[in-house]
Amino acid sequence: MIIAGLIILLVIASVLFHLYSPWWTTPIATNWTNIDSTLSLTFWLTGVAFVLVISFLGWCVWRYRHHAGRVAHYEPESGRLEMWLGAITAVGVVFLLAPGLIAWGKFINPPADAATVEIVGQQWAWYYRLPGPDGKLGRADARFVTADNPLGVNPYDPNSKGNLIVNGGDLHLPVNKPVKILLRSIDVIHNFYIPEFRAKMDMLPGSESYFWFTPTKTGTFEILCAAYCGVGHSYMRGNVVIESDDDYQKWIAQQQSFTQARNGAGDRVRAAARGPGED
Amino acid sequence: MVDVRAGAGGFHPEDFEEEEVPHPRSWWTKYVFSQDAKVVALQYAGTAVFVGLIALVLSWLMRLQLAFPGAFAFIDADHYYQFITMHGMMMVVYVLTAIFLGGFGNYLIPLMIGARDMAFPFINMLSYWTYLLAVLVLLSGFFLPGGPTGAGWTLYPPQALLAGTPGSSYGIVVMFVSLVIFIAGFTMGGLNYVVTVLQLRAPGMTMMRLPMTVWGIFIATIMALLAFPGLLVASLMMLCDRLLGASFFMPAIVQDGAPLANAGGSPILYQHLFWFFGHPEVYIVALPAFGIVADLLSTHARKNLFGYRLMVWATIAIGVLSFMVWGHHMFISGMNPIFGFFFATSTLLIAIPTAIKVYNWIFTLWRGDIRLNPPMLYSLGFIVTFVVGGLTGLFLGNVVVDVPLNSTLFVVAHFHMVMGVAPILVIFGAISHWFPLMSGRMLHDGLAKLHFWITFLGTYFIFFTMHYLGVLGVPRRYYDLGQTAFIPPSVAALNIAITVAALIVGAAQFVLIYNFIRSWRHGEAAKPNPWGATTLEWQTPEMPPPHDNWGKQAPTVYRWAYDYSVPGADRDFIPQNQPEQGARA
Repeated sequence: MIIAGLIILLVIASVLFHLYSPWWTTPIATNWTNIDSTLSLTFWLTGVAFVLVISFLGWCVWRYRHHAGRVAHYEPESGRLEMWLGAITAVGVVFLLAPGLIAWGKFINPPADAATVEIVGQQWAWYYRLPGPDGKLGRADARFVTADNPLGVNPYDPNSKGNLIVNGGDLHLPVNKPVKILLRSIDVIHNFYIPEFRAKMDMLPGSESYFWFTPTKTGTFEILCAAYCGVGHSYMRGNVVIESDDDYQKWIAQQQSFTQARNGAGDRVRAAARGPGED
Repeated sequence: MVDVRAGAGGFHPEDFEEEEVPHPRSWWTKYVFSQDAKVVALQYAGTAVFVGLIALVLSWLMRLQLAFPGAFAFIDADHYYQFITMHGMMMVVYVLTAIFLGGFGNYLIPLMIGARDMAFPFINMLSYWTYLLAVLVLLSGFFLPGGPTGAGWTLYPPQALLAGTPGSSYGIVVMFVSLVIFIAGFTMGGLNYVVTVLQLRAPGMTMMRLPMTVWGIFIATIMALLAFPGLLVASLMMLCDRLLGASFFMPAIVQDGAPLANAGGSPILYQHLFWFFGHPEVYIVALPAFGIVADLLSTHARKNLFGYRLMVWATIAIGVLSFMVWGHHMFISGMNPIFGFFFATSTLLIAIPTAIKVYNWIFTLWRGDIRLNPPMLYSLGFIVTFVVGGLTGLFLGNVVVDVPLNSTLFVVAHFHMVMGVAPILVIFGAISHWFPLMSGRMLHDGLAKLHFWITFLGTYFIFFTMHYLGVLGVPRRYYDLGQTAFIPPSVAALNIAITVAALIVGAAQFVLIYNFIRSWRHGEAAKPNPWGATTLEWQTPEMPPPHDNWGKQAPTVYRWAYDYSVPGADRDFIPQNQPEQGARA
């Protein structure tokens, strides 16, 4: 008796919690509104299913609870009822799956005019590489990593020379321009995750993955690592600054190219190796 | 002379009746190195409960850190990740798999199919002792330098093998060695369960007369025999990478600015192998729970299970489909994203047979005569939590919706609801249901209900609300959320509330343990077949059943397992071994 009432109460409490909970998606800052719309469609459909199924359960428990003289009905099966319920479920599944797959089709196909940015993960920091004026990124491999080449950019690839290396700073991106993010790691698996962007993807050592988005809001967004990467996992943070194209161009102009970074870092490394007093 | 009668004359049932179970000769062979499946079952279950209590304490410690970051000096980041790793692996493999298959499988299969014991009692005993060895090797990690592995229960390379992860020197090795031993032990038991179900059913016990409990355990065991080899090879390959300098899963990697010797391996290959085991594993835990709950609902609603045949086919369909959905754990792993279309479709398809099961459980209650005793309460709690966990699975299975939710607390909430709380409520229901059979006494009703209410409401609160933190974007496996721009202070408040609930729910488990021990000694003596159940295990000559289960005469089966409230019958149940004549008044 109590359980029947409580099951119904649980349904009501769950719906109220959903409606009044202060915890919901962060304000979206990219083009991925169809991820959000598929998410809320899924909430609606599963929410209706939850309310119907659990309320019916609660009602059954209340209506058919034992009392003296009650005799259960004997009915081994009902093909019609089972067929109908299966069919309704299948229709529900199609309604969920169709928008999901359509959105996935967009998700995995970056637009042809998307700019390319490479993000490299390392325990427990983020590095960025942008193509130079020629728009090309040189190849890279963890085996090329040295103190003055932390991203492992292939120094023999002519496309590497003009690449811009961001080591330690924030990544800047222009608003309203689609960007394809190439992802790589030089040690363990990481995941580039900004909740406001919705999209995320693992970054692997030894191979390259990608995803894309178009930022739609200016501002600074915090990067979190979303693939457990060892004891510093929760401290692997960074920032992406979305800004107007003008500001972006100013930022680009300040970045060091691969060759500059290497020479500069090389000087510093050589200086450090000599140590004080040996000069 | 070769006796040719068997070949010429065919089947002689009396030859089989004569076969004896290996009777114990001493205290040691009766209670310790026992070949009686019922004793092996209690050994399995007791060990699993012991491991479960360790996992429970670990969950308390991790919850304390999440609610009060940094307040407890001994829970540093290393320990936190070791706690979550060991909690996860213990619960999934060493508790849930062991208790459903090793525990309930051993106890119930021979009794429910009318056999005297398992097909291979010695191998069955060996299975338990191998499992115990696996547990001891697993626990040894706590005492080794560097402690147990803190790689997360999925143990992904390269991270699991590298110095940035706690326990990467010894802990990770004993973890994989323990898994290899576990799988060896499980294979012994698993082959045994399958052969027993196929070969030792009582006369008249056709496959389509098996209770759902046996179907669930049977299909889950077949799945486990097919899925565990994936984990076995992954474990062996990881051991090669770690100990022999192989590079199955290790590409060229830089550590502390210096390249490691590895090259050419694929970290994603490990994920495929792991999840080829890992996803079926969910159903290896779920299908026995599905089966048991079907029988509990039917018995305590005094009504036939609704749609038995479809339930059997749905069980088989889930078993088959579950081998085609592993990629949904890897939607954002960096594998070729084209796979997303396939795995999303196969994953949402599995929702259909699963939903049919939910409908049929509820229609079993519909127009029933529902007794609200503890087994029924736990079963109702199971339906509620399983529906929530199943529906949230539709979010994570639908590839593009998984993208924002993956690696957040939404995933943690989902799988705890669906394969943590729901099956564990079934375990509690099963304990309260079969306690009289195991002990000859009744569990204390009031204490069982108290335990149910705290556990059900507490876990529902914990995991229902946790979904919303995931929707917000709070990541999982975070030792410390620290100052994160998008996370409001209210998250910390909810984290405290969840931790308080987790401490209370955990403490409530000791009510069950107290009830179990107290009732085993002083409980009210149980009447024979106290629930009025139809299945064979309640028709044994004694309670608890003797070593050979049936005394002089093993049962013959005349009907399915769900003849409850048959019109015209003199009682509201007809046992499976009752012949047609005499069923009616």
